[in-house]
Amino acid sequence: MSERTSADGGGTVEILSFRLDGQEYGLDIMQVREIRGWSRATPLPHAPSYVRGVINLRGAVLPVIDLAERLGLEPPAAGDRAVIIVVQDGGRVTGLLVEAVSDILVVRADDLQAPPDLPAQTGATEGCIAALTVLNDRMLRVLNIRAVLPLPEQDAA
Amino acid sequence: MAIDPMKEIRASFFGECDELVERLQDALNHMADGTSDAETINDVFRAVHSIKGGAGAFDLTALVAFAHRFETVMDALRSGSIAADNALIKGLFQATDGLIDVIAAARDDGPCPPGSDATLALIEAFLPEGAPRSPDGPEPVGFEPLAMTLQLGDMPAPGLSTADAIQPETGGDPAAAASQDPGWVIFFRPHAALYASGNEPLLLLSALRRLGTLTVDCDVSGLPDWADLQAEDAYLSWTLTLISTAAEDEVLDVFDFVTDVCDLNLSRTGEVAGVCPGQPSGKAAGDTRSWGTRTPDRQAGNDAVSQIRPAPAPVPLPQAAADRAPSEAAATVRVDLDRIDRLVNLVGEIVINHAMLAQCIARAGIDRNSDVARGLDAVIALTRDVQDSVMMIRAQPVKPLFQRMARIVREASAAVGKDVRLVTEGEATEIDKTVIERLSDPLTHIIRNAVDHGLERPDVRVATGKSPLGTITLRAQHRSGRVLIEVSDDGGGIDRRKVLDIARRKGLIADDAAPGNAEIDALLFQPGFSTSATVTALSGRGVGMDVVRRAVQSLGGRIAVRSEPGQGTTLSISLPLTLAVLDGMLVGVGDQTMVVPLTAVIETSKLTPDDLCPLAGSGMVARLRGEFMPLCDLGAELGFRSPLGTGEGRIVLLTQTDDGSRAALIVDTIIEQRQVVIKGLERTFGSIPGVAAATILGDGQIALILDPSEIVRQSRIRGGTARQPDEFRLSGNLQRAG
Repeated sequence: MSERTSADGGGTVEILSFRLDGQEYGLDIMQVREIRGWSRATPLPHAPSYVRGVINLRGAVLPVIDLAERLGLEPPAAGDRAVIIVVQDGGRVTGLLVEAVSDILVVRADDLQAPPDLPAQTGATEGCIAALTVLNDRMLRVLNIRAVLPLPEQDAA
Repeated sequence: MAIDPMKEIRASFFGECDELVERLQDALNHMADGTSDAETINDVFRAVHSIKGGAGAFDLTALVAFAHRFETVMDALRSGSIAADNALIKGLFQATDGLIDVIAAARDDGPCPPGSDATLALIEAFLPEGAPRSPDGPEPVGFEPLAMTLQLGDMPAPGLSTADAIQPETGGDPAAAASQDPGWVIFFRPHAALYASGNEPLLLLSALRRLGTLTVDCDVSGLPDWADLQAEDAYLSWTLTLISTAAEDEVLDVFDFVTDVCDLNLSRTGEVAGVCPGQPSGKAAGDTRSWGTRTPDRQAGNDAVSQIRPAPAPVPLPQAAADRAPSEAAATVRVDLDRIDRLVNLVGEIVINHAMLAQCIARAGIDRNSDVARGLDAVIALTRDVQDSVMMIRAQPVKPLFQRMARIVREASAAVGKDVRLVTEGEATEIDKTVIERLSDPLTHIIRNAVDHGLERPDVRVATGKSPLGTITLRAQHRSGRVLIEVSDDGGGIDRRKVLDIARRKGLIADDAAPGNAEIDALLFQPGFSTSATVTALSGRGVGMDVVRRAVQSLGGRIAVRSEPGQGTTLSISLPLTLAVLDGMLVGVGDQTMVVPLTAVIETSKLTPDDLCPLAGSGMVARLRGEFMPLCDLGAELGFRSPLGTGEGRIVLLTQTDDGSRAALIVDTIIEQRQVVIKGLERTFGSIPGVAAATILGDGQIALILDPSEIVRQSRIRGGTARQPDEFRLSGNLQRAG
């Protein structure tokens, strides 16, 4: 992780970009473990609505979050070419359901801007957007994965 | 990651201590059974001695002191100066318990447990007058080097039939002992070459012993510091006093093959003054006849050569150690449990992957009898073997657990003043390590109950024609893929009238109910039930058998009791072989497959209109087997679909919740019964109420393993059938995702 912080200072960051509800989002590629196709999830009772359930990831139980719903966007319709991005934050591995993965982009760390203070940035989605950047006239929203993932305590409630 | 080597050695010492204590208890059990011989007492002595030796190396003074005092008593026992009667053996058991406590304290760097002194005093009371008791004597302090030299003398012992065949009596005066009797004093110093040529001094000494009474005095003064010790050099010499009428030739014949690789002086007893230990052979003067005088031609040259030759030869200690080392190393391997668990998981994945591969082959239209399909079958057969083997690694014999229970029996019986004997059977039965660990508490409780409530007081026993000595039997065995553990006592059995009285008084059953014997016995497992009229230190504190039952159930086990008035009571616990696998009932709920642990299902039934009774405020209740119970629609409860009508014609699972009440769970279909591999959910997702864990089905799908007690509890909190609309969100999600 120490190399990452130094890269954030002046070097470049690789971002995996993907689409959600027609918008361009991105994740630091160092947090991505793998990308896999959608497989039917087993729903979890009493879980928040954006939790799609759990899938079998080579023998491990992987919870899957519908990222669009988590961020308050329109969830993908059935039959879409949905993919699951498997991300790791600390010891926790979670799957993020997204519409489609677009590209791997190299962004200079200097070009990443902190998001402006907007009313939409409060509440459930507070802190979810880590940075904004513009690439080829398109806005890329880089996610703060830790804020996106539900805490285990919240699930238990 | 740096590993402190000393810490590791220390850890392995304590691991060894556990094994030694186990051996010690085994030997004591033999002594108690009357099946002991001289070797048994030696076993006890050696076990205590080894603990002392190891503790000395780690500066665990409290442990050394305790072990030393223990050892003193064992030594007296070994030499026959005290007899091993029942009282002493009982004391030795207590001392062993004390030893375990002191070891535990040393391991945790804790203070020496109180009462250890009293325990030792108990067994030391058996020592004859004037024997060294030495609790405060200088010996424990200056003891360490002595322990080492003793070991040198003791080590070759395994080669003999009994270890005390040759007593290394260091410090004894051979000349004084021998002066009256005819015999020989032999000074014997092997050279390194003697060991190198495969000779063993011990065998020579044994051969000498056959000629008469042999006193052995080993001179260890030539031993260098351990750091400087060359394993292949020779350092020891012996002064042997042989009380025998044997002729000189007979004695010398013993050394016939080693004369050229040792220093050997032979003298009549009484002439010993002329021999100076350490004096080389061939230069002995006066009356001392050296071997060299018999064959002067050979001796002169050979001896000189052997003295300067640095021939490789092990001294007795390393040799003996080398003999024993391979078998001990092969016996156990210490492996981190995490590594084994990982192996278990990986094998589970292979099994699941195989199922998927088999489906792919079927889809590709390949014939079932083709080479590919058959090869795949062979792979899965091997995989299952691997899976079983890996599970076996986790399995451990129940013996240590049973030995702990023996201690509980001793303590409990002493506390209530009853004489109790514990008989154990099937100690070699193996169960999953975690199961063994988590079985300790419930088993302790059951044993205490058996001692306190199960067995009658000695006077009552005698009055009913029984032996005043109560017997508790602890039995373990494999039975149809499960492990059965039984605790039986030969006490008075369950007093069913008293149980019924108490149950009525506590409102556990209706006043006019007339339950059968089995139902009365089952009342023991009700929360808050206690038959003991008096609260003793052991039991009757309100923590009852319901706690035991819950602990057993949490291990996927079942507990049952059977009792015969006047004959005794048997509690049997049936456990799965491993926690990684669970017997489950696969049920369909909505469009989901879920697993209900088989242990939670009492029976299955189909609801008829007669079984259903509307009840104001809580919708419907079911009346099954004459009992009213709440109906819980699983599909609606878990939010997979909306409630379906009244429940008429639906399939229900009768479950018993932790508090003993029953409930009927409505499921859509029952699919099958099978074993499933348990996968934890907590690490990724926190705990979900009503869901115990997850498993992966043959088609790769994840199925949730339900916790029926929790679901029923949740349903009660939520207020029966009243549902919040937002609980159907998940079913909405499903449709979108599907």
